[in-house]
Amino acid sequence: MLRDALLVAGKDLRIEARSRVALWQVLPFAMLSLVLFAFALGPGQLALRQAAPGLFWLAVLFSTVLAVQRSVAIESGEGTRDGLRLSGIDPAGIFLGKASAVFLELLVLQAVLWAGVTVLFGVHLRTPWLALVASVLATIGLASAGVIYGALSAGLRVRETLLPLLVLPVVAPVLLAGSRAWAAAIGGSVASGVSWLRILGPFAVAYLVLGLVLYGPLQEAS
Amino acid sequence: MAPAVQLRTAVALAGRFPALAGVDLSVAFGEVVVVVGPNGAGKTSLLRACAGLMPVTSGEAVVLGCDLRVDQAAVRHQVGLLGHAAPLYDELTAAENVRFAVRALGLPAATAKPALERLGLVGRLARTPVGRLSAGQRRRVALAALVARAPELWLLDEPHAGLDAAGRRLLAELINEAVAAGTCVLLSSHEPDLTVPLADRVVTMAGGRMAAEQRGGRRAPLAALGAEDTHVA
Repeated sequence: MLRDALLVAGKDLRIEARSRVALWQVLPFAMLSLVLFAFALGPGQLALRQAAPGLFWLAVLFSTVLAVQRSVAIESGEGTRDGLRLSGIDPAGIFLGKASAVFLELLVLQAVLWAGVTVLFGVHLRTPWLALVASVLATIGLASAGVIYGALSAGLRVRETLLPLLVLPVVAPVLLAGSRAWAAAIGGSVASGVSWLRILGPFAVAYLVLGLVLYGPLQEAS
Repeated sequence: MAPAVQLRTAVALAGRFPALAGVDLSVAFGEVVVVVGPNGAGKTSLLRACAGLMPVTSGEAVVLGCDLRVDQAAVRHQVGLLGHAAPLYDELTAAENVRFAVRALGLPAATAKPALERLGLVGRLARTPVGRLSAGQRRRVALAALVARAPELWLLDEPHAGLDAAGRRLLAELINEAVAAGTCVLLSSHEPDLTVPLADRVVTMAGGRMAAEQRGGRRAPLAALGAEDTHVA
């Protein structure tokens, strides 16, 4: 399964690197979201600093939808969809590979976004390891849930409009726990941050396991 | 030896519509069977059902020893389906697409090279993203992946589409070589001039059923075909 996952992740990342959609569309979209949120909150530095973690994670969530749509689009044609089913690759390996590719894309996006938050909002992390652990756990959950719902909507004509409706409510706990954990990392409040990791961790594990189990049946149904 | 494909009154549904409405077909290893018939006759559905992509809901369907009614997915990695839409990624090069296909089966990436060379996909052509290739060149890439994976059953849906004269000759050679090695080939076509000479048998489908069967060019001269029509349904 790991060999299959590496193969699929490598293929998806190579396609993304060549198409440059993530670079020229997803990343600018995320940055634009941050700037617009800042405009909406006004020029007050205090309000911006307090809202920074939430705005950061909102931008990540919206970008997740775009990244998952791209991941689904790679196999949206009849030929590639059938080709993957006939390839001999374990469906759990396909899930793990696609989720890993989305995970890596989102981690890179978060690094760039955080640089934007630092510049735009003047916010600095006092406990970086806490933010890093929160990001990794949250991103595992986002990528796993996104790929599951991507597979669910893959065969539908309305998948592009349906996907945000399916994904965004489900990943609301990540928005909440991710924002609070990052707020704790900014404030240096480790105990508070760790308590929010207790939501992000089980969420990540639950959707990872669900994806490994359900991806095959979802692929058949789509 | 059990046949490669054994269908008895096989029914397969496309939604609520019976795409296959009781098909009887047996194909041995090392045999080429060409399926002809009008649009909507069920040719593509037959190939997709044999590939385990369309569920067989009743009757008997055993392909390469896998009972499709029990586990249709079990046969998938053992067959090679060349459909209307090629299973290729536009952003990857021809060589990368073929390497992905062979590595998915657990074969070494080097397995792709002889197949690419056999299909004339060398040099700059092998390094070109598939999205920039012509329809015929894309067809060659898909064929290279098929040859490299060397499945026991080839399911070819209109395989001549997009191929030039040289490509068609090459396809005929590849089919003959595969059959000589014991591979079973099931091929659907609207071009009997090109496919009947390659066939051991030609079956005609209509309304999701087998309507007639005759010998193909590998067993009888083309001129004799008309005299050997045998209606089976």
